[in-house]
Amino acid sequence: MENVIDLKDVWVSYDSVRVLESVNLTVKDKDFLAIIGPNGGGKSTLLKVILGLIKPDKGSVSLLGGRPAKTRRYVGYVPQYHSSNLDFPVTVWDVVLMGRLSHKHPLQRYNEEDRNAALEALGTVGMLDFKDRQIGELSGGQKQRVFIARSLVTKPKLLILDEPSTGIDSRMQKEFYELLNRLKSEIAIVMVTHDISAVSVYVDKIGCLNRKFHYHDDKEISPHDLEVSYQCPVELIAHGVPHRVLKEH
Amino acid sequence: MLEILQYDFMRNAILAAILASIACGIIGVYVVVKKIVFISGGITHASFGGIGIGYFLGINPLFGLIPFSLFSAIVMGLVSKRTKVAEDTAIGILWSLGMAIGIILIYWTPGYAPDLMTYLFGNILTVPMSDIYLMLGLDAVIIFVVYAYYKHFMALCFDEEFTKVSGLSAEKLYLLLLCLIALTVVLLIKVVGIILIIALLTMPASLSRHYTNNLGKMMYLAIIFGSFFSLAGLYLSYIFDAPSGATIILAMSTVYILHFLYDGLKPKIAS
Ligand SMILES: Nc1ncnc2c1ncn2[C@@H]1O[C@H](COP(=O)(O)OP(=O)(O)O)[C@@H](O)[C@H]1O
Ligand SMILES: [Mg+2]
Repeated sequence: MENVIDLKDVWVSYDSVRVLESVNLTVKDKDFLAIIGPNGGGKSTLLKVILGLIKPDKGSVSLLGGRPAKTRRYVGYVPQYHSSNLDFPVTVWDVVLMGRLSHKHPLQRYNEEDRNAALEALGTVGMLDFKDRQIGELSGGQKQRVFIARSLVTKPKLLILDEPSTGIDSRMQKEFYELLNRLKSEIAIVMVTHDISAVSVYVDKIGCLNRKFHYHDDKEISPHDLEVSYQCPVELIAHGVPHRVLKEH
Repeated sequence: MLEILQYDFMRNAILAAILASIACGIIGVYVVVKKIVFISGGITHASFGGIGIGYFLGINPLFGLIPFSLFSAIVMGLVSKRTKVAEDTAIGILWSLGMAIGIILIYWTPGYAPDLMTYLFGNILTVPMSDIYLMLGLDAVIIFVVYAYYKHFMALCFDEEFTKVSGLSAEKLYLLLLCLIALTVVLLIKVVGIILIIALLTMPASLSRHYTNNLGKMMYLAIIFGSFFSLAGLYLSYIFDAPSGATIILAMSTVYILHFLYDGLKPKIAS
């Protein structure tokens, strides 16, 4: 099978500020890749390049064996900042069902299968009770859970998550990582995160992005490596604890 | 009150007010929730260029108006999405450009020159039956397209990026929405005028947002509010012998403002 993601020599700049420099990245089926890096390192930009939402100045992007614009409907995406308009008159239920839109033609209504998928996804993130709430009336973490449900409901072949655990309480976070752990036996996952300690337990690969992208096939990265060759500040790897966790595995 | 119904022109005016409220109620909900009032105002005013073209070429102004307003809707959509010009600047430029073209062409047209005021405030009391049929057709088109694309427009207005990731063309959907606005404008401009179109696009929908969290219900409510206010305004204009379009807007704005004043004065939940 072809690679899920294939980026070759990708360069991106906003106006004249270079954000990504010669990024190469391959993600295979059932890979679980975590991307870490400082704020402004270009992580969100990289995810948008993978999804074809940003065109690189140079380089090639292949997603699920095709052009991202064609294939991204098989991807579940949880963005970092919600461009969505939160005062908008939709309920949690409407938002999650929206995840099924990719396979609907005009005039086609949502059917039983769509509704069951939405119910299941809402159950998974523990938000069934909030089904009829207006989206703007939820707390930050609750909203995040709804957007995670929306990404699951597409039955994606790849999940792309941009700091998904932000604002989510620790119990739910643990459940969420367990869920990802189950999903990774079926689909590929790419997740941007600062939550190194969680990451080191579950993921197969860690990449560090600070304009340039560095990654290893195993997760044994020493803080020294991160600082020196990866140019990721050590503070990022919170308080030395992950260091130990990383080594133990 | 019933005696005013015996006039044909009054009957047509009432029908026109309701039909306009249907188109504006549905489309207005999108205009309000997607916050594209300004671009809608731009399309509405720029379409005046189409009226100029119609008169200048000596054809039915509608045949100048329809292509021109669809064209300006698409140009505004593309310029604001694709170029580096700030969206509101682009709209401001095209807004005034369209009107300028209209004014010059009408000035150059020999013979009878239409009154600008008619296009600003319309003339709901002189609506011929043919316009009623035209509006019926417009309402049918709008209802059909919105029925077909309801989910898609909802996604577009709520979360454009997600719409793209779903494999839909957010740009095409946006242009389709702008074209619906343009069509609404075209068919209502002579009847209710540029200013009343904007009032009917914004106030009923914005008011309805206050009573429901459901996009579809907002549309029904906006239609009801729009019809009610325009009929009330029509009646008042008859009683007070005031210009109908302006009276409708005055009635609508008064209720709108009072509503929000009342809402603002209500004691807030202690926090
Ligand atoms: N739309 C944009 N226009 C201009 N600069 C941007 C834009 N988006 C991001 N940037 C810049 O690009 C850099 C990388 O941003 P981002 O990819 O969001 O980083 P990260 O997700 O790693 O924090 C930052 O310096 C940011 O200021
Ligand atoms: Mg980011």
